[in-house]
Amino acid sequence: MTYIEAIADGLRQAMRADASVILFGEDVGVYGGAFKLSKGFIEEFGASRVIDTPICEAAIVGTAVGAALVGLRPVVEMQFADFISNAFTQMVNVAATSSYRAGGCVPMVVRAPCGAGTHGGPFHSQSIEAYFFHTPGLKIVMPSTPADAKGLILGAIADPNPVLYLEHKALYRSQRGPVEDGLAIEPLGRAAVRRPGRDLTVLTYGMMAHRSLEAAERAAADGIEAEVIDLRTLLPLDLDTIAESAARTSRVLIVHEDRLRGGIGAEIAAHLGEHLFTSLDAPISRIGAPDTPVPYAPPLETAYLPSVDRICEGITRLGRW
Amino acid sequence: MTDDARTDAPAAPDAAPDLTPADLERFYHYMLLQRLAEERVVKLYQTGMIVGACFTGWGHEAVAVGAAAALGPDDVAATLHRDLGARLVLGMPLGYYFANFLGRTGSPTRGREGNLHIGGLGPRILLHTDFIGGNVPIAAGAALGFTVRQEPRVAMANFGEGTLATGEFHEAVNMAAVLRLPLVLVCWNNQFALSTPLAREVVGPLDVRMAAYGIHACSVDGNDVLAVHRAVREAVDRARSGGGPSFIEGRTMRVRGHSEADDASYVPRPMIEEGRRRDPVERFARHLVEAGVATQARLEEMRAQAMAEVDEAQAWAEASPPPDPSELEHGVYCEATPWP
Repeated sequence: MTYIEAIADGLRQAMRADASVILFGEDVGVYGGAFKLSKGFIEEFGASRVIDTPICEAAIVGTAVGAALVGLRPVVEMQFADFISNAFTQMVNVAATSSYRAGGCVPMVVRAPCGAGTHGGPFHSQSIEAYFFHTPGLKIVMPSTPADAKGLILGAIADPNPVLYLEHKALYRSQRGPVEDGLAIEPLGRAAVRRPGRDLTVLTYGMMAHRSLEAAERAAADGIEAEVIDLRTLLPLDLDTIAESAARTSRVLIVHEDRLRGGIGAEIAAHLGEHLFTSLDAPISRIGAPDTPVPYAPPLETAYLPSVDRICEGITRLGRW
Repeated sequence: MTDDARTDAPAAPDAAPDLTPADLERFYHYMLLQRLAEERVVKLYQTGMIVGACFTGWGHEAVAVGAAAALGPDDVAATLHRDLGARLVLGMPLGYYFANFLGRTGSPTRGREGNLHIGGLGPRILLHTDFIGGNVPIAAGAALGFTVRQEPRVAMANFGEGTLATGEFHEAVNMAAVLRLPLVLVCWNNQFALSTPLAREVVGPLDVRMAAYGIHACSVDGNDVLAVHRAVREAVDRARSGGGPSFIEGRTMRVRGHSEADDASYVPRPMIEEGRRRDPVERFARHLVEAGVATQARLEEMRAQAMAEVDEAQAWAEASPPPDPSELEHGVYCEATPWP
């Protein structure tokens, strides 16, 4: 099953299991979604549960909050993750603070197709996680495999809090893999060790999980064994798994597609620097995008994204430190 | 005032043909309760017992109570920071009001919010959203939820005229109109958004503008509780019977500052004087006497009763402890429960 089919499978299982799960957003119904993820949904679940909306990201997220407050479990789609800036107030000031302000639970999932590598240019390629990572009350997940794509969409729907579900567009049809049948829920908050290793820890997620694994295999040919950890849930971070691995290998490389400045890697590095300083044998290193918008033309977009070569160099440099 | 000729029209004798004297007394009770509770809170603020900002709905008691009283027992409302009377009609204990202002744990916010920023109160009051315009999509979402579940319930949103300048308001109204959601939009046009007068927020009559969404829109005297109630009840009935959203402008006047820290010196004095002359609480009291619903003695008795409720609510709130600093990081997330 492909990554996009796995998301759809998880969503379909959830909608079959619970009539309070509904899907709405721009073009998700009759058209089946801009990426055809929800193709066939309106036929199976009807127009009352698979709802085409006007172009109104703030109202889409806001109505999801309202529907959640009266007992539904809405899943809404941002057609592209980039568009979520229009809904920033509802995400950050309304949904995220609801529990703290008055114990109001908002079991809402906002699906956001994100990431570069599909030549979408500055408005259709962004990584948006860092904007929301700063916000208490939200959860953020980003699967890299079909199994996790399904498990985490179900985990996100099962969670009583607002969850930002980041699905990487470049993985939609490039990733294929086995997926469990039925309601295979993956609870949020657990990282996965994708490749064990003794020499250093690579912390990564999303499309970079694949590039990091490829780079780690290449470095292994030179005798460097990198442990690759796929974070999967970015908020809350699985700090136990991260710290256990970092303390064991004593070297940490963080790889993400998002920009370095103020990114999730910066927070992880600060955390490890504060709590594991004496266990580390090398400076914590980071690889990510430069401080620019995401460019369109292939030579620029390729240069923008961390490459397998760059990650391999980073692994080798740290492994030999 | 948008139109004195319209706003000064007294409540017609047949304004409330199916409202019983008990209903009318109930309206007056909640209007009076809002007024007396707000008088008390202003005093507490002025003596330094309330920190931060202090907002009231002074002069808006008719639109607060008249609109909320038009909802059915299973309907919900998205609230405004001035709509104490509406919350009381919908079942909020008055003690929460004082506890929230005083930052006490007796309030559902346990001191994490102040003012009238209380919500999530049982099934009828949606979680309060303080961003102007932000509560309209929330109300639309509740209405969407009712539609999905095929429940004959209605959602109402209370908001001010300045909200009509925001994007979220228009996104939500457009979506509600397109999907024909059971939504009632109650606009409290109190003429000023902080210091900005209506004419600098919105051009043209509000009901004319809103009718362009393809929804029913009307404008009523927002200081006349019966006029508000009648218009909102029609809108609620329309929403419940599948007629989609409606917009009701209640024309009123903010007779105090935006907050108690604001002297409203930018408001032309005649507007405030006219607003005070049309005070909705006093006006309804006169109506009750003139219509033979209540005697002056009965009104005095009701006032004493409401004052006793205010005293009791304040005492209850003051007996509730302030939050312990150890609570600071509690409650950021809801605890997981089994699903499905």
